[in-house]
Amino acid sequence: MSKALDVSNLTIAYGEIAAVREVSFTVEAGEIATIIGANGAGKTTILNALCGLRDVRSGSIRLGEDDITALPPHERVRHGLSQVPEGRRLFGRMSVAENLEIGAYARRDHAARRHDLDHVLELFPRLRERYRQLAGTLSGGEQQMVAMGRALMTAPKVLLLDEPTMGLAPQIVDLVIDAVRRVNGEGVTVLLVEQNAYSALEIADRAFVLESGEITLTGNGPDLITHPRVRSAYLGYDA
Amino acid sequence: MSFNAVTSSFKVTRRRKTPLAETLQVGALAGFAAIGFALIGAYVAMDKRHVVEDTLTLSQIAFALMAIAAGYVAGRDRQGRPSGTRVVVHGAVAGLTAGLCVSALVLLMGSVSLRATLVAASPMLIKALSLGAPIGSLQALVQLPALGALLGVIGGLFAAMPSRYRRALTYGFAFVLIAGLFRDVFVSVLDNLPDLNGPDWEVFGPGGLNRGSALLLLVGGALFCLVRDRWNAQIDPARRARSSKAGLALLLVGVLVLPLVTNDFVAQVAMLVALYMLMGMGLNIELGLAGLVDLGFVAFFAVGAYTVALMCSSGPLAVADVSFWVALPVAVVLAAGAGMLFGLPVLRVRGDYLAMATLGLGEIIRVLVLSDALAPYLGGSQGIIEIDHPRIFGVSLQSPAALYYLALALAGVVAFISWRLQHARIGRAWLAMREDEDVAQALGIDPVASKLLAYTIGAAFAGAAGAVFAALVGSVYPHSFQLLVSINVLAILVIGGLGSLPGVLVGAIVLIGLPELLREFGEFRYLFYGIALVAMMHVRAEGLWPATTQTQENARA
Repeated sequence: MSKALDVSNLTIAYGEIAAVREVSFTVEAGEIATIIGANGAGKTTILNALCGLRDVRSGSIRLGEDDITALPPHERVRHGLSQVPEGRRLFGRMSVAENLEIGAYARRDHAARRHDLDHVLELFPRLRERYRQLAGTLSGGEQQMVAMGRALMTAPKVLLLDEPTMGLAPQIVDLVIDAVRRVNGEGVTVLLVEQNAYSALEIADRAFVLESGEITLTGNGPDLITHPRVRSAYLGYDA
Repeated sequence: MSFNAVTSSFKVTRRRKTPLAETLQVGALAGFAAIGFALIGAYVAMDKRHVVEDTLTLSQIAFALMAIAAGYVAGRDRQGRPSGTRVVVHGAVAGLTAGLCVSALVLLMGSVSLRATLVAASPMLIKALSLGAPIGSLQALVQLPALGALLGVIGGLFAAMPSRYRRALTYGFAFVLIAGLFRDVFVSVLDNLPDLNGPDWEVFGPGGLNRGSALLLLVGGALFCLVRDRWNAQIDPARRARSSKAGLALLLVGVLVLPLVTNDFVAQVAMLVALYMLMGMGLNIELGLAGLVDLGFVAFFAVGAYTVALMCSSGPLAVADVSFWVALPVAVVLAAGAGMLFGLPVLRVRGDYLAMATLGLGEIIRVLVLSDALAPYLGGSQGIIEIDHPRIFGVSLQSPAALYYLALALAGVVAFISWRLQHARIGRAWLAMREDEDVAQALGIDPVASKLLAYTIGAAFAGAAGAVFAALVGSVYPHSFQLLVSINVLAILVIGGLGSLPGVLVGAIVLIGLPELLREFGEFRYLFYGIALVAMMHVRAEGLWPATTQTQENARA
């Protein structure tokens, strides 16, 4: 297997305070990887640094063979990196269709775009029903589907998902997690950041525990579910 | 003080007022508005304008509307519904209170001279407010509260009537007001119509509508509204589409024949509206679509105007003597270039900071053209004069009508380009940038490039407007390019609806056309602006003709 995403010695600071310190991790192509951790551990900071929305102080980010550390966000999209942001952040005053089209903004290959659009609608049949509706009027779960669909329309090799199950009803959480699995099944590498640790660990090939800006544990998902520290800190079991 | 005492005193301040106190407050508010209106001189100024000949003046209507509004508000209960006795009693009390306030003012002005501080508190004002009664008489003092009470009841009844009829009455009244207010425009149209040898009956008197025609218009307007509502209630979409298409065609014909059926003054005003539409569409690209707040928009207008001035003037400062049609594209390109040049450093800042940076930019351009250093080239405060009029097939476009068509044609071209851009890929990208810059970037949209494009295109449109402006006026001076122009254009967008092309037209008519037609009240122009903007933000924050996505959203919400 080849490395899809290779992060080494990443340090990200807000002013003087380092939010993420010397973090290194690797995600192999075709994997689902997850970063779990408490509020404020630096999960979202890492994802934003990966897609270029936050400057890094030191360290490097490689996407496949390319060093993307210095690239602006829109260039990284062209290299095959896409993010589903925390809280979905749809264009609420645009229709579902328009949201998906904006996802394909950077692409000129019309035939492939059409193909991907059909594919997204196959993945989320609900969106076909809601196609002409304004995105802001959809339910939370449907909005999450649009956000994922929009990111998939950029034809990513690596998909970053920031808290996709946040604020969703339990059945909808299952639906979203299932969608993540299916997207991965089609060859897209997934990096999932979750507070809902159990759901994330269940499907993860590889998991990192982030505490106060540092990775303290690494392992495969199911293994970490049984790890005593993870159980007590993130899954709510008594140690 | 104990904690309990604090909370209980807090409760006291939050206790609801009694209905009577609320009504008195509403009445007093209307009264103070009326006093303010009188003391800034608006009453006397507008009293000269008769809407209905020898019956109703504009300022009387303004006062009546204040009393009616007070009655309308007071006549409703807490849930906003009109209710039985409230309508009459509270309406009357509110109107009475408002009238008493004005009477108090008359009494005060009668006994003390306020003119030292308030110039407008003149004997003319006392005379006008006495409504023909002997000045200082009891009748003059009593009739105002009595009238106020009557109008307040009317306002209350207005609140209580079914909305269908309320709309109809509003329409009828609006017809009368518009016809009376813009008498000169309509008279010029009527004068241009062939004489049909009909009955010897004049619609307009020397100052406003004649009584008979006013009544006819009131009824006609109301009937029009009722018929239209009934028509619109029909669900047949094909028929409705047909009627809206017919309305659009009618509008287009009206726009095209406007200078032919009216006089030169109206054509000149229409030309100004078209000019501001040009600029409005430019700023609409920047602000309405891409969300870039630009307070220095006038800079590009100036670049366009000065380019044409330098290239087409026959004066001593001319650098070339070419036709307007050669200078126009040069002006557009130079303005676009200026937009790009200034955009590069400025567009890296966001939001409020962008507004500040562009504000500075606009001022820099004005100061530059005014400066002594550049005076040998740009004329300094003397400006550039003797700019040749555009010629088409050897005919010089000099009449206001011809220049109107020129501005209109350019506005049409720019509207078409705007419309295409809005629905193209780049238009989507702008909207995405406006909504959420981070997400747009993370989806592959280059923020600097797309913003720069919006800024450049906006500047190009402003340059075109400036070029036409120079050719229309025949001269350019630095004082034509003040901050106020930028603010006017911004206000047009806000009033019309951000991001909406028809909104630009509506905004330009309301904020540029109407004030020009009502030149006699020019000193109150910015008062009108302020009231219009504040009222819009309260009542219709999305604009008079909002962009379609917003209407859809509101319809669903």
